[in-house]
Amino acid sequence: MNRLLVTGLGVVAPTGVGIEAHWSSLVRGEPAIRPIEGFDPSKYGVALAGQVRDFVPEDHVDPRLMVQTDRWTWMSLAAATLAAVDAGYDAPGDDVYATSVFLAAGSGGNEFSQHEIQGLWAKGPRSVGAYQSIAWFYAASTGQISIRDGYKGPSGVVVSEGAGGLDSIGWARRVVRRGTPAVLVGGTEAGVTPYALLCQATAGRLSPATRPEDAYKPFDRRAGGHVVGEGGAILLLEDSGAARARGAQNVWGEVAGYGATHDAHHHEEPAPDATQYARAIRLSLADAGVTPGEVDLVVADGAGTPELDALELEAIGTVFGERATPVPVTAPSSWTGRLMAGGSALNVATALLALRDGIVPGTAYLDDPVDAPGVDLVQQSRVQDLDLVVVLARGFGGFNSSLVLRRHREEEATA
Amino acid sequence: MSTDRRRVVVTGIGVVAPGSMGREGFWDMITAGRTATRRITFFDPSRFRSQVAAEVDFDPKLQGLTAHEVHRNDRFVQMAMVAADEAVADSGLTFGTGGADDATDPDRVGVTLGSAVGATMRLENEYVAVSDAGTHWLVDPRYASRFLHQALVPSCGATELAVRFRASGPATVVSTGCTSGIDAVGYGSQLIEDGDADVVISGASDAPISPISMACFDTIRATTANNADPEHAAKPFDARRDGFVMGEGAAVLILEELEHAQRRGAEIYCEVSGYANRCNAFHMTGLRPDGVEMAEAIDRALGQGRIDPTEVGYVNAHGSGTQQNDRHETAAVKRSLGPAADRVPMSSIKSMVGHSLGAIGSIEIAATALAVQRGVLPPTANYEVPDPNCDLDYIPNTAREQKVDVALSVGSGFGGFQSAIVLASPDRRDA
Repeated sequence: MNRLLVTGLGVVAPTGVGIEAHWSSLVRGEPAIRPIEGFDPSKYGVALAGQVRDFVPEDHVDPRLMVQTDRWTWMSLAAATLAAVDAGYDAPGDDVYATSVFLAAGSGGNEFSQHEIQGLWAKGPRSVGAYQSIAWFYAASTGQISIRDGYKGPSGVVVSEGAGGLDSIGWARRVVRRGTPAVLVGGTEAGVTPYALLCQATAGRLSPATRPEDAYKPFDRRAGGHVVGEGGAILLLEDSGAARARGAQNVWGEVAGYGATHDAHHHEEPAPDATQYARAIRLSLADAGVTPGEVDLVVADGAGTPELDALELEAIGTVFGERATPVPVTAPSSWTGRLMAGGSALNVATALLALRDGIVPGTAYLDDPVDAPGVDLVQQSRVQDLDLVVVLARGFGGFNSSLVLRRHREEEATA
Repeated sequence: MSTDRRRVVVTGIGVVAPGSMGREGFWDMITAGRTATRRITFFDPSRFRSQVAAEVDFDPKLQGLTAHEVHRNDRFVQMAMVAADEAVADSGLTFGTGGADDATDPDRVGVTLGSAVGATMRLENEYVAVSDAGTHWLVDPRYASRFLHQALVPSCGATELAVRFRASGPATVVSTGCTSGIDAVGYGSQLIEDGDADVVISGASDAPISPISMACFDTIRATTANNADPEHAAKPFDARRDGFVMGEGAAVLILEELEHAQRRGAEIYCEVSGYANRCNAFHMTGLRPDGVEMAEAIDRALGQGRIDPTEVGYVNAHGSGTQQNDRHETAAVKRSLGPAADRVPMSSIKSMVGHSLGAIGSIEIAATALAVQRGVLPPTANYEVPDPNCDLDYIPNTAREQKVDVALSVGSGFGGFQSAIVLASPDRRDA
């Protein structure tokens, strides 16, 4: 039976540009949440963010393309290239439809669009440039990657807020099932701009803290909201047969299972129980054909508010509570802030790096963990053999998604 | 193998379209060949190149939304909710009511909502307030609405529908620009085919008639400059066409697994027998005249339902009314259907309801499903002067009574997306 493999990773994150920079930053425990640069955010009751400070767009994007696109798309273009290079992937010359781009989007081209709307209202319609129509909308990054790299396969864009990164993988599986062998998935976000930050602040979930150690503390007794981050990850998924046929050298792992549900409860409040979140996890395990006892690690959503953290631990406890040993749970978003659509994609990359090296990154600023029966909250990085990792994500409004990643074993794949 | 495939049928339709109210109002209007394009009334368009749009005279409270639903949601979500209410009522399904033995399990109900530009109208209006009409880059939070996170991220539209109908299956917003409305229905169908849902509330909505949207299409001259005659400004396939007319609206379809629909004796509009999309990887706004990638999407969509090109009885065109689109699309249909293209009737309802970006794909699927069900093909309005590059049968100006077993609806959008969906009459299925 053919499997779905991850054969390339491209990371543009607050923790670093490129997989090794990101990973060494996580393993060494170097937080990337700092005072916001570029504008004064104090009016918004926010001081900190996870900005991608090492990103030099000119190193990744043609200047002619840069003027047509928002920072969010620059990061997507860069991450897509990094993923393809990591995979050693060249689209097959004899089949232009063999490669797809299926990304998650969140808030679109924020800075570009704010600039154009500002000009429109300050100076009039003629100040709006020729690229607003293609820079702002949610499909911009997908379209630009497809055009730059010549990928003509079935492409798509899904928006499910923070769950989007996992959902792009879930939808890409349908594309592969229907005969397209390679799909770029994941996404990036660039919402650390005045208007986008204000918009996010209105939901009341951002931490007002000025010191990083006080700001975004998932599963800590002092959790009081989250910090916004930017960036994300793009991954190359390939059908195992196609990957083998082209001699892919690099297999990060297998996408073994996926499940998604919606709370269907309230337009912004989470459901008062974790029924649907737990169901998403169970669906993904059943899809992968594994039991809760086989899971070595859960990469949590880690929302960072007491209520949402408690619901996540309830969901995990419900699914994994029967195990003989508590399931290890970590929340690597705590190092970067929440990157919306980019965040769950980055967590998939992080989980694959953990599988490769047998290292579980800890959760930042988790000094005083909440009570979590049946759950082993990972405070410090640790060495642990990993075969099966579950990545969880939630999106504002009630989206719940769960992805099962498995270490790739060549002998099974060729059996 | 195809006999094992879970099949998808349409059992409910709801429409919010310009110039009409509800599904039947919409159908009456487009089959009468009446246009809803007019001079923009939402704001003073006099400083804009294109001053024409197809606006919906939409009163959300009259349509049943509560004050709070209106307060917290952009117009695109409001229109989606109203269209969904009509579609669900039409389907006869009862969601979230519990108790009844035959009630659909909420966990088996999904949502796929397309939108190209989401809450752009609300984002712009709020920006005017918080920036003091574009004078402050560091916007002022004191003037901000409580619900701007929902405006920033369009997934709120899927959330509102999931909450409204207690649909706890997979939910997402699909945002592939101007093919969003086809792709959302295509993805919804895949959810059912793959066994992840039995029912999907699927459609699309967009409300882009705001200054920033009009301005951004002005500058690239994609929209019409025919301001002198707004009622006849949208002229798809006509040699005099000079750009699309902006529109708005929503359509929602209830997609249902065939046996699920049959068990409850549901009335079936049509089957979704194929869907495919491709990218042209050419240009964000430009199209090559040969239509190769759209043709590939059409071929694949027909292939999924094992439908021969000669069986296609109607093509619901993208027909935006730009010079390049209509030429591109005509070439694509000829490439896919071959000699049959010369006989197949093809029309663009954008001539009447405008181009509502992502929403229009679902509105056109609604029109196509109704055409299959009722044996009437809506026309292309304002068609007078033939273009030698567009030489198919565009059903000029007057609807046509014609039984259709298989219909095709296609779309094309910024970013290079090309999508095709195939609807088949239930009569054909049982034959």
